[in-house]
Amino acid sequence: MATPYAKLPAWADYGLIPLINLVVAFLVAGLVVLLVGESPIQAATLLIKGAFGSGAGIGYTLYYATSFIFTGLAVAVAFHCGLFNIGGEGQAYVGGLGVALVCLGFDTVFPWWINFPLAIIGSAAIGAFWAMIPAYLQAKRGSHIVITTIMFNFIAASLMVYLLVGPLKPLNSMAPQTRTFAVDAHLPKLDWLLEMFGATIRSTPLNLSFILALVMAVAVWALIWRTKLGYEIRTMGFSPKAARYAGIGEARIIVITMMISGALAGMMALNPVMGDQHRLQLDFVTGAGFVGIAVALMGRSHPAGIVPAAILFGMLYQGGAEISFMMPNISRDMIVIIQGLVILFAGALENMFRPAMQAAFASFSPRSMGMGTAKREGA
Amino acid sequence: MAQAAIELKGINKSFGAVRANRDIDIEIPQGTIHGIIGENGAGKSTLMSILYGFYQADSGEIFVKGQKASIHTPNDAIAAGIGMVHQHFMLVENFTVLENIILGAEGASLLNKGIAKARSELQRLEKEYGLEVDPDAVIEELPVGLQQRVEILKALYRGAEILILDEPTGVLTPAEADHLFRILRMLKDQGKTIVLITHKLREIMAVTDNVSVMRQGTIVATRKTASTTVEELAELMVGRRVLLQVEKGKAKPGDFKLSVKNLTVKDGRGVTMVDDVSFDVRAGEIVGIAGVAGNGQSELIEAIAGTRRAESGSVTMKGKPIDVTGTADPAELRKRGLAHVPEDRHHVGLVLPFEENENAILGYHDDPKFLNGAFLNIDAIRSDAREKIEKYDIRPADCRLRTANFSGGNQQKIVLAREMENDPGVLIVGQPTRGVDVGAIEFIHKQLIAMRDRGKAVLLVSVELDEIRSLSDRILVMFDGRVVGERGPDATEGELGLLMAGVEAQEAAE
Repeated sequence: MATPYAKLPAWADYGLIPLINLVVAFLVAGLVVLLVGESPIQAATLLIKGAFGSGAGIGYTLYYATSFIFTGLAVAVAFHCGLFNIGGEGQAYVGGLGVALVCLGFDTVFPWWINFPLAIIGSAAIGAFWAMIPAYLQAKRGSHIVITTIMFNFIAASLMVYLLVGPLKPLNSMAPQTRTFAVDAHLPKLDWLLEMFGATIRSTPLNLSFILALVMAVAVWALIWRTKLGYEIRTMGFSPKAARYAGIGEARIIVITMMISGALAGMMALNPVMGDQHRLQLDFVTGAGFVGIAVALMGRSHPAGIVPAAILFGMLYQGGAEISFMMPNISRDMIVIIQGLVILFAGALENMFRPAMQAAFASFSPRSMGMGTAKREGA
Repeated sequence: MAQAAIELKGINKSFGAVRANRDIDIEIPQGTIHGIIGENGAGKSTLMSILYGFYQADSGEIFVKGQKASIHTPNDAIAAGIGMVHQHFMLVENFTVLENIILGAEGASLLNKGIAKARSELQRLEKEYGLEVDPDAVIEELPVGLQQRVEILKALYRGAEILILDEPTGVLTPAEADHLFRILRMLKDQGKTIVLITHKLREIMAVTDNVSVMRQGTIVATRKTASTTVEELAELMVGRRVLLQVEKGKAKPGDFKLSVKNLTVKDGRGVTMVDDVSFDVRAGEIVGIAGVAGNGQSELIEAIAGTRRAESGSVTMKGKPIDVTGTADPAELRKRGLAHVPEDRHHVGLVLPFEENENAILGYHDDPKFLNGAFLNIDAIRSDAREKIEKYDIRPADCRLRTANFSGGNQQKIVLAREMENDPGVLIVGQPTRGVDVGAIEFIHKQLIAMRDRGKAVLLVSVELDEIRSLSDRILVMFDGRVVGERGPDATEGELGLLMAGVEAQEAAE
C-alpha cells in the first residue's frame, strides 16, 4: 500500500517497525495480565514455552500458522490491487466444500498424492468462485467490495450449515459433519520434519499443506513482482487512473485479482479438513479468515513478512491455549485480548512509531531518506 | 518607510536532508505589495506555510507589526491578522458564498446570527473594497475569478491585515488576472499588506512594489520592482542566463495525421465539456490549444487518447478511425502510434510509488521485448530504462529509485522519454511543463520541437500562454468547450487573451 511517508531503509521498514509494534503490544498485554493479578513474566514464559518449548508445541504453532499463511496471502493479493477482501473467512469455509467433495468422492478410488492436487483444485476453484461474485459486483455495479465480501461470509455460513445438517451428513448421524474420509484422503503429517530437528513428538496436526503454504508464498511473490499480471495489479492498486491510461482493463483486473485471492483463501481449508480433522465440520475456519487480515497488515502485504507474521499468530493461538490451561485466572478471552492488542498495534496503529523512527533515521543518516516528500512540500 | 508588517529573521526549515528554507531574512513594509518569486522547489511555499502556521520553522523568529509572534497553527496566523488565499481554493463547492465565509467562524451552534452578521459585514467589505459578489450564490456556479474573490473576502472577514496569495493567477484568464491586480492595488491603498507568490515574472513587474527572489531555499536578492528588469529577475531565479524564447525553424507540414470532427464530450454529470470541436493536426506541425483551465481541453485530449468516452463525433488517425464513442482503448491506440503525455503526471502518467524502471514501461508493458511469456523481463526493462535515463538526462540516474523521489522536471522527463522513444506518429501533450523548473522547461521544449522536425504530428495543450505561443505553428483557442478561434504563432497575447475570455472574434478585432 502506498504510504504518505518518506522511505526508511528496507530493514527498518519491514523488520524494526513491526518489532517495535509487537513489543509495545506485549507490554500493554502484560499490563492487562498484571491487572487480573497474574505475573506477566510467567505468562510470557508459558506462552513461549507452550508455542516453541516442545515438539508438539512447535507442531501446533506451525499448524495454525499454515492456515494464516493462506488467508494472509489472500488478503495481501487483494491489497495490492487496492481491494479490501474481508471475505477470506467465507471463501475458506466454502473452500472446505471443495476439499470435502473431492475427498468424499475419491478417498477410496485414488491414492493421497492424486487426491491432494484434486483437493487443491477443488478448494481453490470454489474459493475463487465465492470471491468472484463480489468482485463482479464491484467491477460492474460499483457495489463496495468490503460490504459484499462481509455479506458473503454470512451467506457462506448459512450455506454450509444447510449442507452439513442436510445433504452432506451421513444418515443416522447426530453430528453436523460429513463422514470421516478414508486414509487415502488424509494428508501426510510432517512429524518427520520436526524430528529432523531433534524434537520427539507423539502426534501433531502439522501436515503437508504447510509446505504448500510456503510454496504459495513464493508463488505470490513471483506473481506480484515478476509477472505482467502482477504489474497490472499493482498499477491498479496504486492508481486506477494510471491503469486506465495504460490501457489496463479495470473490471478484468479486479475480477482476476479477487479470484486469486479467493483461491488462496479457499486453499486454507486443506489444512484443517484434509490434514487434521479428516472430515468437514461446522465452523472449521474459526476466524482464520479474519486473522489473515492482521497477518497481511503486519506482514506489509509481502510474503516474506506474511510467513513470520502467520507464525507469530500461530504462536499466540498455541501458546495462548497453554496459558489458559495453566493459569486459571486467565481465561480463553484473555488470549483474544492479547491477540487483539497485537492486531491493534501491528495492524491498525502500524504507523504510530513511524514519524519518530524517521526523525531518528534522518538524524543518523540524512542522505538515505526524506528527499521525495520534502521536494513536493517545498515546491 | 512605514513599520514592517511582517519581519522574518533567520528562518530555517529542513525536510530530512533537504533544507527547504535557509537563513531567511525578509522584511515586508506595511501597505505594500511584496512579490516572492522563484522556481518550483525554491522554497516559496514552505516559507509561506511557516508564516501561516502549517509548518513550524526549525529555527528563526516571526514578527508581525513589530511584535514577536508564535504561530503554530493557521488559527494563530488568523489571530495575528494573516490571511491566505491558496492556489487550490479551500471552498465547499455546494455551499453558498455566505456559508463559505462563515465556515470556521460560525460563532454559535445556531447559524442564524452568524449569517446575519456575515451578511452585513459582507456589504461593508463590498462597499469598502469594491469586491462585489452575490452572497447567496452557490460556489460551484461561480466563475473561477469570483471564487477567488470569495477566498479573499473570507480572509478579510476574519480581519486579515496581511494577505498572502499563492500563485493566484494560475486559473485566471488574462482579463481576470488584471481585475485581480486592480483589487490588490485597492487593498493596498486601504493599508493592507499583500504578499504575492508566483513564478510568473510579468505579474511581478505589473503589480508589486518590492520583490524577493528565492533560489534553493535562500533569498538571493530583494529589489525595488521599479528598478529591476524581467531579465535580471530570471537570471537571479535560475542562477544563469536563460533563453526565455525557444529557437525553432519554420514548420514543414505534411499529410493529415490526426483529424477530429464534430467531437462532443460530456463529463460524469452530463455537462457538455467539449462541444462540437473539429480540427486537424498534420505531420510536422505543432498545434497548440490555448485556454483557461477547465474549458474542455482536458476532456478533449482524454477523449482522443481513449481514456474518456466521447458522446458523439469522430476522430481519425493516419486515415483510420478511432472509435472514440465506443471501444477506443489506450493500449491499442499506443500500438497504432499515438503517444500521450497526460496533464496529470502524478496520478495518471506515473505511478509514484513504483521504481523508475517500472514507470518507464507503463502502457508499454505489453510489448514482447519487456516480457518472457507471462513474466516480466526485468533485465530488458532495466536496461531500457537506463538508456532513456542517459538520453533524457534524468537525474538522479538510478532506475531503481522510487519515482516519487524525483523532482517534477525529472518526473516529466520520465514520461516524455517513455512516450517519445517509442517513435509515435502522433504525440498528444498536456501541460508539458507544469511544475517543472526553468532548466527542464528549456529541454522539454527542445524535445517537442525535435519531434515536430522529425515529421510527427504534435497536439499541445497548455494553460501557459507563453508556452503555446513559442511552440505552436497554429493556435486554437478553447472557451466553454468550443474552439472559438484559430490564430498563427504571431498572434498577440491580448488577442488570444480576449478569445480565451470568450469575447467573440469580431469584437477582438476592433
